[in-house]
Amino acid sequence: MKNKYDVLIIGGGPAGALAGRTAAEKGLSACIVEKRPAIGAPVRCAEGIGQEALHEFIDPDPRWISAEMQGAGIVAPDGFLMKLESEMAGGKVGYVLDRKFFDRELVWKAAEAGADVAVKSRAAAPIMEDGVLKGAKIEYCGKVTNVRADVVIAADGVESKFSKWCGIDTTVPVREIMSSVQYVMADIDIDQHSTIFYLGNDVAPEGYLWIFPKGHRTANVGIGISGKKSGQGHRAKDYLDRFVKKTFPNGKTIEYIPGGVSVCRPLDCTVADNFLITGDAARVVDPLTGGGIYNAMYTGRLAAEVAADCISKGDTSKKALMVYDKTWRASKMGKAIERNYHIKEYLIKQPDAKLNEIIHSVSKMNLKEFSTISLIKEIIRVNPKLVLELGALAASLR
Amino acid sequence: MLKVHRDICGYCGCCVSVCPEGALELIDAYLSVEKNCTSCGICAKVCPLGALEVVNEK
Repeated sequence: MKNKYDVLIIGGGPAGALAGRTAAEKGLSACIVEKRPAIGAPVRCAEGIGQEALHEFIDPDPRWISAEMQGAGIVAPDGFLMKLESEMAGGKVGYVLDRKFFDRELVWKAAEAGADVAVKSRAAAPIMEDGVLKGAKIEYCGKVTNVRADVVIAADGVESKFSKWCGIDTTVPVREIMSSVQYVMADIDIDQHSTIFYLGNDVAPEGYLWIFPKGHRTANVGIGISGKKSGQGHRAKDYLDRFVKKTFPNGKTIEYIPGGVSVCRPLDCTVADNFLITGDAARVVDPLTGGGIYNAMYTGRLAAEVAADCISKGDTSKKALMVYDKTWRASKMGKAIERNYHIKEYLIKQPDAKLNEIIHSVSKMNLKEFSTISLIKEIIRVNPKLVLELGALAASLR
Repeated sequence: MLKVHRDICGYCGCCVSVCPEGALELIDAYLSVEKNCTSCGICAKVCPLGALEVVNEK
């Protein structure tokens, strides 16, 4: 690690890795600092990603793909299963990744492109001069080094602190944190090519429970519930343990993964002078699905592209970097977040009876395009009165 | 004051994201509580495992 880089990236997950790789490919000096001793571990993720979303960034490789998905199922509060299938027979619709190896691959590609990587290296404080960010104090094995940079990219995840230290409020509202637990389970009876989502206030209040297959008789079995609904005796772990005891009494848990997923709106502003915020740290998780891998890679890459352009023009002020903020908000991702935020707000207010009614209205769905939005559109098509309930939002869904 | 049950904590950082004071920090596998913690209990509520507890000082 040197004392000066064009771009310093805080965090070695998908956002940081894409930022580092892109910056290096643009000819900039870049360094990714990761506080943990290993890239990719511990996993804090259900590991699902859509096929097209993944392909936009990297060609699939069996070394870090646990399983290929061909369909999905949604289980209503009353136990009724709605199956979702792709119209393309036998078509792949998505993947369940092996994040330990996936994250390593992304960082390896950044390193190969020329970025420096430092693990067990924590950004302990920003370097501020005249109120402007100039880099970060990096702590490694008890020694603190000042690392200066023209641009700092925060990619420090849900537990992000760097933006807060720079005066940007990143606090997630209690009702909009998904308090989550996941077990990687072995020796369980599952359909290994389908993800399953369980809805209902008794199963997962204001959230959902998932089974994401990782291969033959093995899956990520997890749950996220609203922080508002969490408390002593009724935490995410309590709900998951009850489900597992009933559904997979003989299953074996081979990994225990707690976590937090934000389902709030993104930060009001994701830039400051010499500073860009990406991925979970920018709260760009999809509020409906809780998915964040694609959004992290997209914002990480975009942040580095904008940083490179601004550095070449000699202006990395907030005003110049605002291109980043404006671009992602206007992107397909930005629009999906805004739209899905409204859908999430509608769904969490519905009683179980209403969820049952919606899900029963369609027993089996063949989707041309396998995405959340095509699912919502199809549900609205068969439930015309939903158009009235969704109000202005419905117009944007047609 | 806020007590961290380190035998229960899974160092996931869920609590850090909701702390209104910025008093929590996840340093790899160690949850650090700063002096500006007000013992508001928000973190204890959202913890998926029940690793945080506000206890009365005596």
